[in-house]
Amino acid sequence: MSNLDPSGPPAAEPTARHTITFTVNGEAVTAEVESRLLLTDFLRHRLRLTGTHVGCEQGACGACTIQLDGQPVRSCLLLAAQVDGRDIRTIEGLAGPDDELTAVQQAFADQHGLQCGFCTPGFVMSVTSLKEQTQATGQAPTEAEVQDCVDSSYCRCTGYVNIRKAARQALGLPVDVPVSLDSTSGEVSE
Amino acid sequence: MSTEPTDWLIGQSVPRVEDDRLLRGAGRYTDDLHVPDALEVAFLRSTEAHARITSIDISAAKAMPGVIAVYDGASVVDRIKPLLNAEELRVPPGIAALDPINKLQPAPILATDEVNYVGQPVAMVVAETRYLAEDAIEVIDVAYELLPAVIDVEAALAEDAPLVLLGEDDNIGVHVRHGKGDTDAALASAAAVITETFSTQRYVCAPIETRGLVAQQDPFTGSLTIWSTTQTPHRVRDHVAGAIGLPVDDVRVQSVDVGGGFGQKGILVVEELLVPFAAHDLGRPVRWIADRFENLTADAHAREQVHHITLGADADGTLVAVKDHIVVNLGARNMVGLVVPYNALCHLIGPYQVANADLEATGVLTNTTFTSPYRGAGRPEATFAMERAMDRLAVELGIEPSELRRRNLITSEQMPYETGLLDRRGVPQEYDSGDYPAMLDRAVEMIDVPAVRARQAAEPDRRIGVGFALYLEMTGLGPFEGARVEVMPSGRVRLYTGAPSQGQGHRTVFAQILADTMGVAFDDIDVLAGDTASIPYGVGTIASRALVTAGNATAQAGELVRQRILEAAAGVLEANAADLTIEQGIISVTGTPSVELTLADLIRSVPKLAGGSGSDGLGETSYFQPPNYATASGAHAVTVEVDTATGRVEILDYVVVHEAGTIVNPVVADAQVIGGVGQGIGGIMSEHLRYDENGQPITSTFSDYLMPISEMVPEIRMDEIVCPSPTNPLGVKGLGEGGAVGPPAAIANAVEDALRPEGVSVLSGPLSPGRILDMLRDSEVSR
Repeated sequence: MSNLDPSGPPAAEPTARHTITFTVNGEAVTAEVESRLLLTDFLRHRLRLTGTHVGCEQGACGACTIQLDGQPVRSCLLLAAQVDGRDIRTIEGLAGPDDELTAVQQAFADQHGLQCGFCTPGFVMSVTSLKEQTQATGQAPTEAEVQDCVDSSYCRCTGYVNIRKAARQALGLPVDVPVSLDSTSGEVSE
Repeated sequence: MSTEPTDWLIGQSVPRVEDDRLLRGAGRYTDDLHVPDALEVAFLRSTEAHARITSIDISAAKAMPGVIAVYDGASVVDRIKPLLNAEELRVPPGIAALDPINKLQPAPILATDEVNYVGQPVAMVVAETRYLAEDAIEVIDVAYELLPAVIDVEAALAEDAPLVLLGEDDNIGVHVRHGKGDTDAALASAAAVITETFSTQRYVCAPIETRGLVAQQDPFTGSLTIWSTTQTPHRVRDHVAGAIGLPVDDVRVQSVDVGGGFGQKGILVVEELLVPFAAHDLGRPVRWIADRFENLTADAHAREQVHHITLGADADGTLVAVKDHIVVNLGARNMVGLVVPYNALCHLIGPYQVANADLEATGVLTNTTFTSPYRGAGRPEATFAMERAMDRLAVELGIEPSELRRRNLITSEQMPYETGLLDRRGVPQEYDSGDYPAMLDRAVEMIDVPAVRARQAAEPDRRIGVGFALYLEMTGLGPFEGARVEVMPSGRVRLYTGAPSQGQGHRTVFAQILADTMGVAFDDIDVLAGDTASIPYGVGTIASRALVTAGNATAQAGELVRQRILEAAAGVLEANAADLTIEQGIISVTGTPSVELTLADLIRSVPKLAGGSGSDGLGETSYFQPPNYATASGAHAVTVEVDTATGRVEILDYVVVHEAGTIVNPVVADAQVIGGVGQGIGGIMSEHLRYDENGQPITSTFSDYLMPISEMVPEIRMDEIVCPSPTNPLGVKGLGEGGAVGPPAAIANAVEDALRPEGVSVLSGPLSPGRILDMLRDSEVSR
C-alpha cells in the first residue's frame, strides 16, 4: 500500500470538493480536496510530506518551494485543486531515507549551509532546479542566475554566506566569492 | 578529562549531526507532528490600537460548521491566570537599591473590557481545521468604543498624554537611573562635548518558523504534553501549570526541532497558555501555529529606542564622561521589565574606560505590540548610540575614529576589570577577560584604514566611507542550567539539558564536550535538549547563555558519570579504579591491554553487582551556576559606498574580529557570528516595523517588512582573538548574539563618513535608498 494515502476534507468543510490525480515524488496519488485547500497544507497534513515548510503563505519567503513539472514554484501560492494531472517533487523526493544525500544536499552539509534547517528544503529545491536546468542545457549557470537562485528564499539564521557557498559547490563553481574593494568589479548581478 | 588534548573534539569543526535529517526534509518541527484528531485554533485579534470593548457576540461563531469551542475574555477570565513573565520581571536586590520603577502589568489572557494594541487576542476559536476556525472568526461581532491611542514614545511622555493602559497613573512602565562619579562637573570642564539623539527603529525577530504549539491531554492521568517552538520549555511548563491550575509535574513541554528563535520565542505570550487550556478543557489535542501576519503584528517586537547621549572628552580624546537618557518603547505592557533597558544601560560604555557616567533608562508604554529581547537585547541599540557618538567626538576633535577608540580602551592588563557600575544582577560589573586593543588593531589592519582614507582623497567624487563598532556582551546569564548524563542499555550515552537548540547546533557541540569529558565516542552520544520530562529544572536558550551554562553543566555531569563508570568497572574487573581508563567508550586496565569492558557490558552488569552501594546507576544530573558573566567582545569594521543618485548603500568590505573565549566548534561559531551580522545588516539597511498614526501596523507582510536576502549580505572576513573565560571550567563565552550587535553602528558610521562632504547626519535606520535620499535632501550642504 502506498504511504501516500490522503484523508479527505472534514465533513464540515463548506467549499466544493474536487477529485485530483497527480504524481508526487514519482508516485501516483488520487485525492479528494476542498476548493480552498492550499497545496502546502495538502502536502503537509494530508500526505504528511512535512519536509515542505510554510514560512509566510504570501509567496515571499520561499520555504515552501517545490518542483511542479520540473520548475521551482511556491507551493503556498497554489491550491491543491490546481495540481490535477501535474507532477510534483518535494524535498522527500530527492534522496530516499536509505540513499546518500544528493550533491546539492551534501553541499549544504559540507558548507554548513543550514542552521535551524527550516528554510533549507526551499533552498535545496531551488538550487536543485537550477542545477538540473544547467545539466539539461549543458550551460554553466551565470553569476546572475546563481544570485537569483539564492535570493529566492529568506534565511534568518545563516546570513546567507554559507548558503552561497553550498549553492556554488553544488553547481560546480568555485566556492569562495572573492571579496572586492571596488564596487564596480564587485558586482555579480546585471 | 580522559583523553589527550590532541584527540580533543573541543576546538574541532566536527560536522553537525543535525544536518542529514534536516536536509532530507525529515526534521520534526512543531507543525510537522501528526497528532490524530488535533483541533486547530484561530484568534480574533483587536483591530484597534486602543478601545473599550462594549460588546462581544460569539454565538454565531459557535454555530459555524466544524467549530468545537469559542472562548472570549469573559469565558476564560476566571479560569486562566493573567500572564506575567515573572522570571524576566524580577528585580535583583542590588538593582532594587537603585529605586527603579518596574510596574507589573499582567497581560489579560483574552481582552475583556479594553484593548491596548492592534493584534491583541480578543477571542479564540477551536475548530476541526484552521480554515474552519478562521471562518468562525469572521462572524464574531465585537463593538469597540475608540480611545485615544499613543504610538510615539515622546508623545507618550508628554504631560497631557492619554493613558496607554487605563487604570495606570502614567505611561511609564520602567525607569532606572545609575551612574558613577560626577558627570555634570566632568562635562562642564571637558575640552570637547558632543550631544546627539540617536534612535533605533522597531524591528521583529521573525524567525522563518513562527511560534506555535500542540497540546495534548492524557485521557487517563489528565496530564498535558505540549510540543512547542519555545526557547524556554521549563518556563512554559511552569507558566502553563500555574495559569490553569495543574500540578507542575503533570505538564510536560518538549521543544522539538525549532526553526529559529532569536528571542521572540524566549518569552511567553498568552497564546501559549490558551492552547494548553483548550486541550485541557476539551480533552482533545489542540494545535496553533502563528501565521506570518500574526508573527509580524501580534508577536513580540523589539529594538525601538531613543538615546539622548552626551560624551565629554579631554583635548587628546580621553573620555571623561558619558551621559545618556535611553527611552525604550515597551509597547502596550511592561512584559520583560528591566531586561532590555538595563542591558542597554550597562552595556552602553562597553570596552571604554570613563570615570563619570550618568545613565538613565525609561521604558515607555505605547499602544503598539509588546516588545521582547531580540538577539542582543538592548546592546545593538546602545552600541548604535555610543559608537555613533564616538565617531562624532572623533570628528569634533579631528582624531581618526579608530584612534580615538584606541586611546580609550580598557587593556588586557586591566583584566578582570571593574567598571564601577552594577551589572544586570545588581552586583559590581566585572569584565572577566578580553583584549580589546588587540581586537581593534586587527580590525584596523584588516579593513586598512589608511587605504580607505587614501582612496577618499584620490576619488573625491565617490562617496566611500569607513566605520567601526566595538561592543561587549556579558554572556552566560545565570542563574543555572542543568545536564543529565545517562549510560543507556545499548551502551550509548544520552545527554539531556533544558537548553534546546533553535538552529545553533547543540546536538553537535554539547556532544563534543561530553565526548572529551567522558572518553566516549562522539558517535555514541545522543543529545536530547528541551524536554521537561528528562530533567527537572532548566532556564533555556536565551541571552547567549547555552554554551556557558549548559556546556559546563554537561562537562560536570559527564565527569560525575565517568567517575561512576570507573568505580563500577573496578568492581566488575576486580581492579583498582585508579588503574582504569576510558577511551572511545572502552574501559581498560592500564598495563593490561587484554582486559576490556564496553559501556554496554558494564551497564548490563551494574544492576546485578553484588555489594552495590545503593546508588550505583550510571547517570548523573548536574547544574552549573556561573559565578560571573563571561564577557565576549567584538570589533566590526566596514567600508561602504553610497550612490547619491539612487540612495543605495553598497557594502564594499565587512570585517569582524571577535573574542568569545574557547571555541568549541569553529565552523559553527563563525556561522553564528555571520548569521548575527546578517540580521544586523537587515536592521540597519531595510527592516522597520512601522505603524501609522492610528496605531495600525503597515508592514505586516514579508513584502512590506523587508528582511535581507542573500545579495544584501556581503562576504564577511573574520578573525578572532581568544581569551578563555576564567568564569567557567571550559573557558567558553557565549557568541550567539554578538554578531548582531555591531552592524547598525558600524554601517551607520561608514555611511556618515562617506556622506560627510554632503553634510549628512545619520541618526537612525533603516538606511534604505529612500531614506538616504531624504537625508541628502535635508542635509546641511543641500540647504
